Amino acid sequence: MLISVNGERHELNAETLDAALTALGYGNAKIATAVNGRFVAATLRERTRLSDGDQVEVVAPMQGG
Amino acid sequence: MSFYGVELGSRLLLGTARYPSPAILADAVKASGAEVVTVSLRREAGRERGGQTFWSFIRGLGLRVLPNTAGCHTVKEAVTTAHMARELFDTPWIKLEVIRDDETLQPDVFGLVEAARVLAEDGFEVFPYTTEDLAVADRLVEAGCRVLMPWGAPIGSARGLNNVYGLKALRAHFPEIPLVVDAGLGVPSHAAAAMELGYDAVLLNTAVAEAGDSVEMARAFAIAVEAGRMAFRARPMEPRDMAVPSTPMIGRAALGDRDRVIEAR
Repeated sequence: MLISVNGERHELNAETLDAALTALGYGNAKIATAVNGRFVAATLRERTRLSDGDQVEVVAPMQGG
Repeated sequence: MSFYGVELGSRLLLGTARYPSPAILADAVKASGAEVVTVSLRREAGRERGGQTFWSFIRGLGLRVLPNTAGCHTVKEAVTTAHMARELFDTPWIKLEVIRDDETLQPDVFGLVEAARVLAEDGFEVFPYTTEDLAVADRLVEAGCRVLMPWGAPIGSARGLNNVYGLKALRAHFPEIPLVVDAGLGVPSHAAAAMELGYDAVLLNTAVAEAGDSVEMARAFAIAVEAGRMAFRARPMEPRDMAVPSTPMIGRAALGDRDRVIEAR
């Protein structure tokens, strides 16, 4: 399945968001996620199924003003 | 002073971006006395750990964080970012930015009001980055905002208070709402001026981060904020057009030609 993660295309064998994040090496990192522009809470990642062409955003804390 | 029921001792909120190093950031935060620091969120790749390192660093400061929605141009982006920030930073506070113009980073006040309403209804405690426009401020309060953060000048411009009249009008119109001048301050006198107008606090970043000595500048801003607040509480005199001698004239010795002319009348 081809999905976009932070603007980069990835061919992944992962059915859920949680599985995709594990495959990409996020492990237990402090991150927040959105799929196709919608926020997906950490508790819902296991239940969130991905489809071909989905756009996943993964963000982490960063300096800000 | 309190924001959404949280009592704070310091009236200076400090941003965490653009410092020469994490060590200088930590020292500057300490020198400023700030109890609230602003943070943001950005994309992180799978095996990168930049965000994790920064998060450990911020937690080490032991301060309250105010996440922002910097870089958002639409209501949808801002709302999604706010949700991600709430989960990441475990706080209902959100510094809401919806930007319209990339040159001035001027807020899209229409999108701002809409996003503020959506977020407030969802339990967020919104700190809207707005202009000094009274009608917009009124709409933001209607939308559920209990703090307003008008700009002094465009973000990072160091121009100070561009519209003192507008900021004064806002203060007069909203005596009970905590008001924070956010953005555009360059030197401590700008912060003091905002506080002298009766503003509750100031939020700044670049003026400290990009100073030649960030730590010294942070200390200078802290003193200016305190001085400005004290001056406001001390009720400054009103400016006037004509001079008024500060030294009493009664009993002054008549020594000049002008005195002899006056006494001869």
